[in-house]
Amino acid sequence: MSAVSTAGAAARPWSRGLASLRATGPAGVASAVVIAAAMFAAAFGPLLAPYNPDLPNLSLAWAGPTGGHLLGYDVEGRDVLSRLLAGAQTAMLGPLAVVILSVTAGTLLAVTAAWRRGASDAVISSGLDIVFAFPGILLAVLAAAVFGAGLPAAAIALSIAYLPYIARVLRGAALRERSQPYVAALEVQGAPAASICLRHVIPNIGPLIAAQATILFGSAMIDLAAISFLGLGVQPPAANWGVMISENQVGIVQGYPLPALAAGICIVTVVIAVNVLGERLFDQARAARR
Amino acid sequence: MLPASLLVASFVIFAALYLAPGSPIAALSGGRPLPPGSVQILEQRYHLNEPFLAQYWYWLDNALHGNLGISITLRENVSTLIASRIWTTAGLVLYASVIIVVLGIGLGVVSGLRPGALDTSALVVTAVSAAIPAFVAAIVLIMLFAVKLGWFPALGNGTGFASNVRHFTLPAVALATVSLGIVARVTRASVRQEGDREYVQTAVSRGLPARAVIQRHIVRNAAIPITTITGITIASLIAVSAVVEVAFSLNGLGSYLVQAAQTKDLAVVQGISLVLVTAFVVVNLLVDVLCAMLDPRVTLGSDRR
Amino acid sequence: MSGPAAASAPTSVLLEVEHLTVLLDVDGAKRAVLRDVSLTVRPGEAVGLVGESGAGKSVTARAIDRLLPRGAEVQGSIRFAGADVGGLTGADLRRYHSQVAMIFQDPRAHTNPVRRIGDFMTEALRTNLGVPAAEARRRAVDMLTQVGFADGARRLRQYPHQLSGGMLQRVMIAAALLTGPRLLLADEPTTALDVTTQAEVMAILDGLRRACGLAMLFITHDLELAAAICDRTAVMYAGQIVEIRASALLHGDPLHPYTAALAAARPDVARTAHRLRAIPGRPLSAFEAPPGQCAFAPRCPHASDICREAVPGLVQLDGGVSRCARAGELRGQLQAAADG
Repeated sequence: MSAVSTAGAAARPWSRGLASLRATGPAGVASAVVIAAAMFAAAFGPLLAPYNPDLPNLSLAWAGPTGGHLLGYDVEGRDVLSRLLAGAQTAMLGPLAVVILSVTAGTLLAVTAAWRRGASDAVISSGLDIVFAFPGILLAVLAAAVFGAGLPAAAIALSIAYLPYIARVLRGAALRERSQPYVAALEVQGAPAASICLRHVIPNIGPLIAAQATILFGSAMIDLAAISFLGLGVQPPAANWGVMISENQVGIVQGYPLPALAAGICIVTVVIAVNVLGERLFDQARAARR
Repeated sequence: MLPASLLVASFVIFAALYLAPGSPIAALSGGRPLPPGSVQILEQRYHLNEPFLAQYWYWLDNALHGNLGISITLRENVSTLIASRIWTTAGLVLYASVIIVVLGIGLGVVSGLRPGALDTSALVVTAVSAAIPAFVAAIVLIMLFAVKLGWFPALGNGTGFASNVRHFTLPAVALATVSLGIVARVTRASVRQEGDREYVQTAVSRGLPARAVIQRHIVRNAAIPITTITGITIASLIAVSAVVEVAFSLNGLGSYLVQAAQTKDLAVVQGISLVLVTAFVVVNLLVDVLCAMLDPRVTLGSDRR
Repeated sequence: MSGPAAASAPTSVLLEVEHLTVLLDVDGAKRAVLRDVSLTVRPGEAVGLVGESGAGKSVTARAIDRLLPRGAEVQGSIRFAGADVGGLTGADLRRYHSQVAMIFQDPRAHTNPVRRIGDFMTEALRTNLGVPAAEARRRAVDMLTQVGFADGARRLRQYPHQLSGGMLQRVMIAAALLTGPRLLLADEPTTALDVTTQAEVMAILDGLRRACGLAMLFITHDLELAAAICDRTAVMYAGQIVEIRASALLHGDPLHPYTAALAAARPDVARTAHRLRAIPGRPLSAFEAPPGQCAFAPRCPHASDICREAVPGLVQLDGGVSRCARAGELRGQLQAAADG
């Protein structure tokens, strides 16, 4: 392949991605903007925070919003806004890790099962069915009990728990791709299986993968925040939206709901954006398939 | 397939003992210093000197007979501790399920049958509802209904049935929030889809009254995917109930599980995990049976998911 | 025959469609799928409606049966036994539905998979006509026997997925006849079936129809099939009627070039030809047809300037009608051109 055509081939996924994003309509684009903003905060949060998110100052605990402290102070006298920005990091990167892990493993398993069919498929499918019995949060709690509380253990546990769901969805789509005539044509031409899968099957189920990954991000975000809320994920005093809700929950009964509420709103906003975008991407992928 | 899942899940739960860093004794004791002689007692009770699979068999056998070991922190039988808390969790999940079925399916059917203002607002409400995790819903509900309005208590189980219902209302709503949104949306989509089916046209072309068409064809057929999604979401409540129990300081299995995980009381974690996974698998099994009853094309045992 | 036949008494015409124009939502915009369609069906008469896909045959049937999708715009009039159909509502509309029965193309899609055959057949009787369940079942078994099932009672308890396509279509015919309709709308009832089953089902349909004295509007893309079982045949193109003629005369003496082309396009088992005679171009829907001229002109071997000046009106000729601007001129030549 000449340099020109490979450059063209690389440019195409980007422009296609942007085009399909635009096709999701104003709601989809707005959601993408929200998600991008959250990702930006995740990447640069600690730098953007106006005040030190980790420095306690009990004399200021629960003080309300004042100039310069838009959202007031939390249970330990830390600036809420700074803490939210800093907390975006683990709040966004945790789910991202879960999605990358489970989607990668899920795609591999799904395509392998769909490609080889027969015994391999039966084994993989049964194996996935068996893991199906574990709800994500339960597996994460078990992992915390065994390996100690922390984000990595929780993220890995969730990835394993999500695997059967994503693998099943992708396996169906991969089976459909597999039975397309062009695949048989490539096989007859002698193309190796891995090459066909990597260069044709996977890119063709790409829109579905993107849609499912987006939806999964929302679930992972909720589950990881819940686990941090329970004290079994990110540990206080580290900044994290789920942790913040747990820390500041006592404030609600005492009449200081803002810190906990602010963290909750951040979570809900990102999850709504992710659900809206994911749903639209899914509709697109389904329409393209017909 | 589901019974096999349960077996494998129980194996994983058991094997957690060996996955923990350090020796099984260290895992069982949670890293605490043990008085002399305890090590021998633990070795005997858990058959630690026997082959791995034999240990698994003893553990499973004990579990099936109601003996789930001893809590290292509370020094009581795990089964007793579970028994005293299981009705809290069961009651909470049941209460939330009723809310989901009545409100979620009800809203979904009504908005599915009538396009218009009600439908669009239902879409927005359910989209938001599906995005509010239980613990966020918990703090909002506590803030609004317990602190500001004082209609419901903020924490605790309450005593006596009426008091229990009052105490469990906010937690049940918090638990039901996400599922409510999901079930309502899927119900609406299924009802819409069924309304477009050709056999609905056949019924209309024969002059069936609208209500008969809706009952006999649209809702009856939509019942299949609706049952599936409702069953799946109710099963997921079993795990999420832990979060709600912690948020509302309820004395249930879930909150106890979290405590045990924090204090590394492994026997308790294993015991409660086993109970919860079993409940999860049983609910899924019931869903499969219900769907097979509703759909004559499906025979039990075929993989229809 | 269309036009001012208003002098005829109501009972001599069962169904009267006049200047029916239908606009449907296509890709977001309202487009015409039927333009100025007029036809009549007399009691006990079988009228064929023939055309290629997109011609508007199904839409015509659905318009008659009040089955158009929400948002459809209907102009013109449809009268059944003298009463206007478009304005019917509630109980009157349901009564109309029990007098006009429709048989659909794909029986499997049109039967509810989770309900038994017995339920499917008797639901109209029980819910609309108030017939008690046992009596409805008895009639259903009786009708199943008439369509060729030896074990009607057993069939009532089965589900649709347990029957083949041909069997399901026979069940649908039986169900349609149960309510005692006066008019049957058959929308390509055999197109989805294999050839041998087609013949079987057609024989049953035709035989029963004659025995019950039912009127029928038979929709198909097969000109010869329509000619075989219908007394008169109407041909549609691009949402318009282009010819209506007694079936016996249609093949030998077509009045419109499109009819001739359709007849010529069908391969004849008895003859050899060097290549299949296809009509050049592709069939159009009403909204795709070039405006202000004859819709068939772009594909017509006999087109001339007069055909492109205005949309041709219906011309009465020899007991039939034709929408060809040159119908009179081309009389007698069309079949010869087809044969040659």
